[in-house]
Amino acid sequence: MEPTSESSNAGAQKNLPLEQLMQKVAEHKGCGTSGAGGKASCGSSAGQGDLAPEIWEKVKNHPCYSEEAHHHYARMHVAVAPACNIQCNYCNRKYDCANESRPGVVSEKLTPEQAAKKVLAVASTIPQMTVLGIAGPGDPLANPQKTFKTFELIAKAAPDIKLCLSTNGLALPDHVDTIKSFNVDHVTITINMIDPEVGQHIYPWIFWKHKRVTGKDAARILTERQLEGLEMLTAAGILCKVNSVMIPGINDRHLVEVNKAVKSRGAFLHNIMPLISAPEHGTVFGLNGQRGPSAQELKALQDSCEGEMNMMRHCRQCRADAVGLLGEDRSAEFTTEKIMQMDVQYDAEGRKAYQQQVEQERQATVAAKEAELADLMSEFSDIKVLIAVATKGHGRINEHFGHAQEFQIYEVGTAGSKFVGHRRVDLYCQGGYGEEDTLPTVIRAINDCVAVFVAKIGGCPKDSLKAAGIDPVDQYAHEFIEQSAVRYFKEYLAKVKSGEIVHVARGDADIRQGAYIAA
Amino acid sequence: MAYKIINSQCTACAACEPECPNNAIREKDGTFIIKPEKCTECIGYFDDPQCVAVCPVENTCVIDNSVPRYQAAV
Ligand code: SF4
Ligand code: SF4
Ligand code: SF4
Repeated sequence: MEPTSESSNAGAQKNLPLEQLMQKVAEHKGCGTSGAGGKASCGSSAGQGDLAPEIWEKVKNHPCYSEEAHHHYARMHVAVAPACNIQCNYCNRKYDCANESRPGVVSEKLTPEQAAKKVLAVASTIPQMTVLGIAGPGDPLANPQKTFKTFELIAKAAPDIKLCLSTNGLALPDHVDTIKSFNVDHVTITINMIDPEVGQHIYPWIFWKHKRVTGKDAARILTERQLEGLEMLTAAGILCKVNSVMIPGINDRHLVEVNKAVKSRGAFLHNIMPLISAPEHGTVFGLNGQRGPSAQELKALQDSCEGEMNMMRHCRQCRADAVGLLGEDRSAEFTTEKIMQMDVQYDAEGRKAYQQQVEQERQATVAAKEAELADLMSEFSDIKVLIAVATKGHGRINEHFGHAQEFQIYEVGTAGSKFVGHRRVDLYCQGGYGEEDTLPTVIRAINDCVAVFVAKIGGCPKDSLKAAGIDPVDQYAHEFIEQSAVRYFKEYLAKVKSGEIVHVARGDADIRQGAYIAA
Repeated sequence: MAYKIINSQCTACAACEPECPNNAIREKDGTFIIKPEKCTECIGYFDDPQCVAVCPVENTCVIDNSVPRYQAAV
């Protein structure tokens, strides 16, 4: 075959230094299938908890579910299933499925053949890409032929890639057998209610048995089908995660009951995401002024459910197609047109070697944190602080304050450190443009943190951060995040004890509205 | 004798295509169209026109007044 200019480009990308590739994707750890992120917190950090041993085995190194693993592996989505069988008030299907509450982003619709080729092209370029998801726009199970055809093609060409899908659950009970036969790794169901009284305010209608059903009837059918599907997955031994969109005033308190209901039916993780809603999304909630939760409200709800089961807090509602994973600048290299002309060689061996290397790095991060924690164990204090971190991934503090598109938030106390979420911010430093305007946005997004760890920071933002009571810290540049967080916390405690500083609870922070595009 | 799709409103989600009992709907130039000679308004199959019931955008699948209403054969 005559090499086209595109395919030689593809070859050139493959030769990019790994370091560079890793940087580009490191920010997109796997996980949730979804939009804009001001997440307040993360999952399996509590360890095995109440998970059954066989589930823990499957989950502990899983890029989507293990808090540590998701800092090192990545996942991509393909949009092959645009049709949907229900309507959600937070979705405008002119744009993407907000199953994952990410309205406002249009993604490319692909045929199963195009999707499979795209996955192989991306996986060959990015060895950490280990999970493929089919989510929105639309419902994968309202488009079963397209969804399963895509799975079939990928399972054949790249058996090492894990498959997953997200669904609203309406059609789920009809497809559990097929899902099982494709060895699908895990299924995500979006369950926002278990009470039709609540549901009628979230779902205007469903398409059911050749009719459009509305109101409480629609919500009742939907919840019955969702819970039935969940029970069937559990019985079939397929991992099942539940996503819920937190809609203040509509289902916020109710989600505690949802948490109990899904846990008792075998869901191993519950991911509560903030509603992202703005008038320009054109959704019902966007237009009627329904607000999303603040960072503190979200975290409070996640905390109140945490005792019940593992909560997933690292979901950053990323954009569902692989563009997020590739970064804006690279998405242009993987357009349908270019992919169709590429001569894709799937390098299974190279991927394996690379993943082994990542695994070593991951273990080093964990070891460093544990070593640092060892002598904190003897201390006890009620004080817990949040720290924002600018990072490109690899578990290190390696991003310039001005270049960070988001901050990772860690909570540290004498019991240890844990990752509790992401806060998205606008690019603060865009060639000097608009700096005065964006700095306050950044500060609002991390206002609940005592410190921000960066690789580098300019004098001006440093002063503004200090004035806002946030300590800008660059002394841990390029070190491991959690190890540094624990070290910082030790010093913080010491200063509080000596009276040098007074510990005060920080205020709330903003969840930024709008879809998460670059990752 | 048929329904039509208002082109400018269609999101091309393809939800209607497989629901049509008469295979009257297909994709054309990035949007979906109904072949009027095939559409029976779902009469003889379902109580409601399926394309209307499944379409996410209100008033996108509508009666096409430029052709006479469908008459079921007696
Ligand atoms: S399930 Fe997804 S695509 Fe369907 S209406 Fe809800 S958010 Fe939109
Ligand atoms: S009204 Fe019925 S027959 Fe006519 S196009 Fe729609 S689905 Fe097909
Ligand atoms: S269901 Fe509506 S929006 Fe979707 S393709 Fe058909 S006419 Fe277009």
